[in-house]
Amino acid sequence: MKKRSDGTGKQSGNETGAQQRMPGAGISLQSALRYGDASTRLSALVMGAGCIAHRQVGKGILILLLEAAYVVFMIRAGVSNLLAFPGLGDAVQEKVWNEAKQVYEYTAGDNSLLILLSGIVTLFVTAAFLLLWVLQLKHSYALQEAVNSGSHIKNLREDLADLLDGKLYITLMSVPILGILVFNIVPLVFMISMAFTNYSKEGDHLILFDWVGLRNFGKILDFGGNIGRQFWSVLAWTIVWAGFATALNYIFGMILALVINRKETRAKSFWRFCFVLSVAVPQFVSLLIMRTMLQPQGAINVILKSMGLIDAPLPFFQNEVWARVTVIVINLWVGIPYTLLQVTGILQNIPGELYEAARMDGASAPVIFWRITLPYMLFVTMPYLITQFTGNVNNFNVIYLLSKGDPTSVGDTAGRTDLLVTWLYKLTVDQQYFNYGAVIGILTFIVLAVVALVTYRNSASYKNEEAFM
Amino acid sequence: MKGQKTITLRTVTNILIHVLLAVLAFIWVLPVIWIVLTSFRAEKGSYVSTFFPKSYTLDNYIRLFTERNVLNFPRMFGNTLIIAVFTCIISTFIVLAVSYSLSRLRFKLRKPYMNMAMILGLFPGFMSIVAVYYILRALGLSEGSMIRVALVLVYSATTGLGFTIAKGFFDTIPKSIDEAAIIDGATQWQIFTKVTMPLSKPIIVYTILTSFTAPWVDFIFAKVICRTNSDYYTVAIGLWNMLEKEYIHDWYTCFAAGAVCVSIPIAVIFLFLQRYYVDGMAGAVKG
Repeated sequence: MKKRSDGTGKQSGNETGAQQRMPGAGISLQSALRYGDASTRLSALVMGAGCIAHRQVGKGILILLLEAAYVVFMIRAGVSNLLAFPGLGDAVQEKVWNEAKQVYEYTAGDNSLLILLSGIVTLFVTAAFLLLWVLQLKHSYALQEAVNSGSHIKNLREDLADLLDGKLYITLMSVPILGILVFNIVPLVFMISMAFTNYSKEGDHLILFDWVGLRNFGKILDFGGNIGRQFWSVLAWTIVWAGFATALNYIFGMILALVINRKETRAKSFWRFCFVLSVAVPQFVSLLIMRTMLQPQGAINVILKSMGLIDAPLPFFQNEVWARVTVIVINLWVGIPYTLLQVTGILQNIPGELYEAARMDGASAPVIFWRITLPYMLFVTMPYLITQFTGNVNNFNVIYLLSKGDPTSVGDTAGRTDLLVTWLYKLTVDQQYFNYGAVIGILTFIVLAVVALVTYRNSASYKNEEAFM
Repeated sequence: MKGQKTITLRTVTNILIHVLLAVLAFIWVLPVIWIVLTSFRAEKGSYVSTFFPKSYTLDNYIRLFTERNVLNFPRMFGNTLIIAVFTCIISTFIVLAVSYSLSRLRFKLRKPYMNMAMILGLFPGFMSIVAVYYILRALGLSEGSMIRVALVLVYSATTGLGFTIAKGFFDTIPKSIDEAAIIDGATQWQIFTKVTMPLSKPIIVYTILTSFTAPWVDFIFAKVICRTNSDYYTVAIGLWNMLEKEYIHDWYTCFAAGAVCVSIPIAVIFLFLQRYYVDGMAGAVKG
């Protein structure tokens, strides 16, 4: 039925379209609605009509089917999802005595989490639908123009062939983008929206919860409150940790690389192999081993004791200062081989003239390092350093596997070596304070984005791109 | 006289540096040696008073692969292997497709996609893990054998964001080869499959091996998604559990044996891949 009516509309549509068409007007949504012929305008309602009318029947039917699917989805679930979204449900699950069966039965209460999730999914589906709507309108208008100017209209077979040629990127990118959308972006939006609810075990809001606006942010940022105090101390430690971990790894790794690369050093590849071997062991294995070795009754303490060097076990993870130094030192063990791997190639690229000139002027090895090698490396590897820094802020493995964030004061959820990420993990997976976890995730992102932006802007490689060219 | 002095000074520095390197290398290799020794140790428990075991045995390995009641390691090994194989196939396709598109093809969403990847990279990786679990549950993938499918999806679905190294590789292949192929009438798909891919063996191998190792070393996602379904545990959770308070005494030496079993293939893969890793990084830094 629809197809036929489109077909009749086509004739008149073409004429009016031809009359009104502005020469050189671009293909935009506005021009499509303004200058489109009847079938193009009909596409605004019956999607794909323009395609069908302009000799792309197969594509048009496909678009129409998608519209039908969307309408069915909205009628069956979408509308109710969206209606429940602002309130997040309020029906409490109740026990009702069933007289006939002589048992208690549970009425189905609302589950705010499901309402939130289905609401977000519906919003995403709707956004995709709107995108399709705009694209097909524009496409329909473009087709109309092509028909009028008498150029070739691609049939379905040619369109499909184009997916392997001029539009190969659609073929290659659509599955990956779908994956990222479903398993990264939607969950992220879902989690971010939790930051604005009271979804936590606090006040028993694990099944039914509500929007609370910015209240969680206020609580976390508030110096005076318990959770706010923890937040600021964790934030400070996270930044100290990331700064130390990044800088020390970088400098020591580079010195090690220089020492190994010295002309006089023998068996270069053997030394490199020794260090790289530790990277080759999966991190969670090596870190768990370190953890057991550093326990009060662990190998290191026991061996030191039996050698008579200490009386009481060293409090590697029991004392705040010890724990913090321990994780930084062990992170050196983890990180230096990586730096070694990564800087070796770049070090060999430093122009030899720079060194020769410095030696002629009588510069000593340390002066050469601080004045030539380090500035050069900083210049070349600034992007790498930024990724290292963000990687360290998000360095879950080293902290969680080594110290588990301990030592933890009584009544706190965050330990003294907890980073924002490990605290986030504890708050969501272990403790079920989902709202605070989400706020911390967002704040971590903000910290990282600011740091990345500021360091990059102030870095030499941004300000002066040709310093070492 | 003066010349001799500088020579001796240089020899002394050289010796000092080699001694220093030896000490450092020893520190770095020590935990590795320790775990290998522990895996052959006959005494149980994690608390020992000597570095070297008092007696050696192979029982830890035998027990690890035969005892199936408490911690079923063979089953975990099988699970991880299945998951790793499928993850490897899917994510290799995704990574190569995305990096090739970003490197060689030009389209409107190219820059926005790369910016999006950078922004998504700034969020803590598992911030959304709880949300992912609920999405998997909504898709009906959170119970029974579907857990394996869920893990494969979790490991491979977002690999489209990790394109840096492969893209850096594709960037180095001269564009003139593509142009020559276009003149010969090749379609973009033919260029991708018949021209670029045969030239990209190193990066294909690299991608296959890195995506194969991911499921072996991850325990965060595996733990949240498997929850208490011990039938579907991967080796990482199994090893983690062996160090829990209730198991550590009996299982510590088996943990070491398991760690060795998991580490050997991964170490071999890593040492083999080192070269590509360094090259890829250099490419990425060069921009």
